[in-house]
Amino acid sequence: MNAIELRDVSLTLAGRLVLSDISLEIAAGQFVGVLGPNGSGKTTLMRAILGLVPPSRGAIRVLGQAATRGNPSVGYLPQAASAVPQATRLSGWDFVASVASGHRLGLPILGRAARAEAERALDLVGARKLARRPLADISGGERQRLLLAQALIGRPQLLLLDEPLISLDPRHQQEVVGLVKELQVELGITVLFSAHEINPLLGAIDQVLYLGRGQAALGTIDEVITRPVLSRLYGSDIDVIRLRGRIFVMAGGYDVERDAHRHEAGSPHEHGSHGAHADHV
Amino acid sequence: MFEYDFMRNAFAAATVVALVAGTVGYFLVLRGQTFAGHALAHVGFTGATGSILVGIPPLWGLVAMTMAAGIGMGLMGERLVQRDVAIGLVLAFSLALGLLFLHFYTAFATQATTLLFGNVLAVDIPTVFTLLGLGAVSLAMLAIISRPLLFASLQPQLAEAKGVSLQLYGVLFLAIVALTTAECAQIVGVLLVFALMVGPAAAAQQLTSAVPTGVLLSASLALFEAWGGITLAFYTDWPSSFWITALSVAVYLLATVPRRLRAWQPA
Repeated sequence: MNAIELRDVSLTLAGRLVLSDISLEIAAGQFVGVLGPNGSGKTTLMRAILGLVPPSRGAIRVLGQAATRGNPSVGYLPQAASAVPQATRLSGWDFVASVASGHRLGLPILGRAARAEAERALDLVGARKLARRPLADISGGERQRLLLAQALIGRPQLLLLDEPLISLDPRHQQEVVGLVKELQVELGITVLFSAHEINPLLGAIDQVLYLGRGQAALGTIDEVITRPVLSRLYGSDIDVIRLRGRIFVMAGGYDVERDAHRHEAGSPHEHGSHGAHADHV
Repeated sequence: MFEYDFMRNAFAAATVVALVAGTVGYFLVLRGQTFAGHALAHVGFTGATGSILVGIPPLWGLVAMTMAAGIGMGLMGERLVQRDVAIGLVLAFSLALGLLFLHFYTAFATQATTLLFGNVLAVDIPTVFTLLGLGAVSLAMLAIISRPLLFASLQPQLAEAKGVSLQLYGVLFLAIVALTTAECAQIVGVLLVFALMVGPAAAAQQLTSAVPTGVLLSASLALFEAWGGITLAFYTDWPSSFWITALSVAVYLLATVPRRLRAWQPA
């Protein structure tokens, strides 16, 4: 069975055509890296798979059914940081457990099954102890673990992770990618993992879904991260340079993936990762 | 002090309102919507003065106006964020309209002061029962929606994906806040609603890390501040709203001490 099927799908966001006439199939059990410049539709595609953005054309099937909101088999890690105000001392446990049967009416007091589900999710990401601490006191990498635990509640077959590496330093990036890979293999699930840059995902992903200028390319790294495919997606002449096991996507001397990264957020972590990056080269 | 009827009524009314305000306020602070409570109170002033003018008890004008405004704000949702100029003007105009309505009414000064700053010592027994009824409705509604509301507050995008309607719960919650605001205005007046709705809840969130204990502490603090304020007012003859607000501020400042101490220590 395919985890995701897109048939002639077009997606529009606020009147702008984000994806145009895309057809593709992602087999179950794949770890897919979703890449592409800012605004190329990575988030919109995920929201469409969740049933939050109806396609303007075509049909999306998820795990054999039409994409609908509230599908319990789909887990989601949204890109924006959580809405919890910094001033509260709310614990990670309450944050994660709020997802367990969170859609049902009633008091937020967990039954035994919901508690067990939240504990299982925390154990899967190794955050049982971490969850006792207030959210305000934990680091970015630890926060991603909790968000991942939230996504795992309800035992999803398909995990959509929207930019979980954003504002993490390289060491924490590797930690998150390694953890997701472990979970994907252990649970036998399908993962879509969006990122600005291919390098942290090398060695973990089975396939790449590269988006750009309304188009999409799906395949192995060797099939997709190539000069002709990326030149088409970026609409300009792209060079793909491989150096010591790393891949650089360059346009006219600029590293376009890095560049997109830099525009996104100017956090200290980001600059740290640039420094480390330079050392590698 | 309990030999006086007005003191017994005041304590009964304050008990009801403090429990409701502390509980609803916890979610208000958690959602970062404290400004909504303030705004609804201002709009309520227009409703209260308008109903005095046409001869209806001001509490009902307050309830009607805050409910309408709360539901309206909920429907506007995200669009309301970062419209501070528009909101500020609407609030100013609400107070001005209220002033105009009072201008047409003869017993101007006392009514205005009571509405703006509250007078819990003037509450009669029928009002206590009305407050009890409204409070029961608020808490019952909150109890029914609290689980999805919490989910939608802590992780809105995931909640939306799981089929929780952010708008539905946003509207329902602001309707509950509107009712609670109208109740609070009876005790501390429309200008000091923050004292009961936000102060205890914000203090409780500094001190607790779990939602149920946070809600309980918030309601307890609100109760302590309301009772303490009325007691101090009785013995000092200063306004009860002043004392309730003063206690609210003091408790919040005390609650931030542990965090300040932690920030002081070298990490």
